[in-house]
Amino acid sequence: MSNIPSDLRYTKSHEWVRAAQDGAVEIGITEHAQSALGDLVFVEVPEVGRAVKAGEASAVVESVKAASDVYSPVSGKVIASNAQLATQPELLNQDPYGAGWMFRVQTNAPIDAAALMSAADYANYLAEEAK
Amino acid sequence: MAFIPHTPDDIARMLEVIGVRSIDDLFDEIPGELRAGVLGVPPALSEMEVGRLLADRAASDGRPLNFIGAGAYEHHIPAPVWAIATRGEFYSAYTPYQAEASQGTLQLIYEYQSMICALTGMEASNASLYDGASALAEACLMAVRANRAASSRRILLPRAVNPTYAQVAKSIAGNQGIVFEAVDFDRAAGRTLLESLQPYSGQDVTALVIQQPNFFGSLEEIDALTDWAHENKILLIAVVNPISLALLKAPGQWGTRTGGMQGADIVCGEGQPLGVPLAGGGPYFGFMATRMQYVRQMPGRIVGRTLDTEGRPGFSLTLQAREQHIRRSKATSNICTNQGLMVTAATIYMSLLGAAGLERVAAASLQRTADLVAALSRVPGVRPAFTAPRFHEAVLLLDRPVAPVLGALARSGIFGGLDLADRYPELGHALLVCATETKLEADIDAYSGALADVMNPSRAAA
Repeated sequence: MSNIPSDLRYTKSHEWVRAAQDGAVEIGITEHAQSALGDLVFVEVPEVGRAVKAGEASAVVESVKAASDVYSPVSGKVIASNAQLATQPELLNQDPYGAGWMFRVQTNAPIDAAALMSAADYANYLAEEAK
Repeated sequence: MAFIPHTPDDIARMLEVIGVRSIDDLFDEIPGELRAGVLGVPPALSEMEVGRLLADRAASDGRPLNFIGAGAYEHHIPAPVWAIATRGEFYSAYTPYQAEASQGTLQLIYEYQSMICALTGMEASNASLYDGASALAEACLMAVRANRAASSRRILLPRAVNPTYAQVAKSIAGNQGIVFEAVDFDRAAGRTLLESLQPYSGQDVTALVIQQPNFFGSLEEIDALTDWAHENKILLIAVVNPISLALLKAPGQWGTRTGGMQGADIVCGEGQPLGVPLAGGGPYFGFMATRMQYVRQMPGRIVGRTLDTEGRPGFSLTLQAREQHIRRSKATSNICTNQGLMVTAATIYMSLLGAAGLERVAAASLQRTADLVAALSRVPGVRPAFTAPRFHEAVLLLDRPVAPVLGALARSGIFGGLDLADRYPELGHALLVCATETKLEADIDAYSGALADVMNPSRAAA
């Protein structure tokens, strides 16, 4: 069973969202996503200052055999991105919920909670997907 | 099973299914005047008859003395180039699909990429593209992906860039939301002026295209233009003639370290001058190189050098996750391929000539063009159009329309250049001429003599 921290919210495209202070959120990809992609060789994070929309492709993760978009689960402005991933993409494999965080967004609208899953719902979703 | 596709019965059944009366009806979309029509060739001939027919047709072309450049250049191709390129081991147009099984092909492409990097002064090259014009279109699309400081998708495209390239770039990239803005050239010098870029200073612009030498053969002031682009967070796309790089500054060294960025950001061009014959317009090949920083945004195949599980050196396709067989619609390009066979010839050409040989070809071409311009300018009614230094091409102004003059020259076996009337009507009676190392002193004399006769018939009669 995949590691799914209970204090985070999740998307069907396997991003996680961590609420920070002042309406900012931190975004990354789940343990399950990094494991499905395999060893990552390149991560492209959005520029600080960029406006992102919920559901918009905002980052790219690339393994030897595949490249996938990472979708921002929320709308807002990028206020930070994890520059360490440029030289150490493996951080995303090793610690997807910690050192492998990808970017932070200052939201400009309330987060649509219904669009995001709880840890338990995400666990069920993964179990359904695996069937 | 008979390996005969499309028997008349098959064709009739297929036409019935899709509800079309004849195969010709499928081509209704294409206007009649654009179709080849009847070729005047019998339905079947013996090998001997075919040989005779083709030899006769080839002979009817004559052996014209060619002074047309404008993007495709006649250079001497040493006999070993195509003798080696057409050996069974090399004779394929394609990157093999089971790529790593063909180490020889991959090594050749790797050598090619290394040579392109050395010529352009860039860090990474792809395995080639279709041709110079589509390489520029791809470079524009790449610039939009690479320049994350810009969101306008605006690209500055000087009118001194090859107009055919501009047309192809607009066809391919124009429908993808890219806006091209024309930048005028200086009428006296024949090159792009820094002042004409000033209105764009501080604006959101994705890239500036600079062709060196430009379509008129003039040398652009590349250092100032490159620095201006980088000061304004604009990527510089260089379109270059590979032969000229043996003498001119490599695009990787253009400009000073403005904003920490020296040199062009993307370099592309037509590879035909490197050992590929003119051959009625193709096949040619395009080349492209960039900084390591943008390598993931570069379209096309890339061959890398690696070690196998036993530590032995080998070659493999690399960074394939950018490509269409993996990234599908989000690939860096879905309209490109490499031109394996042309690249093979170019790699052999560059290997045989070496840096010194390439420099001699470039120097001879430069000299011949200077001689040609001097000789033709002595003909009354002919003068050079521009004052900027040039490489191996130049624009001349005539005192009368160019087309009839070219027609008369052609009748005496001389292709005198390209009439610019349609492309640059504002220049008046402008003629673009080119001489490479293939044009000897006697050839230049023959052209200037014939031109004098055409321009001044009484002289010919005397």
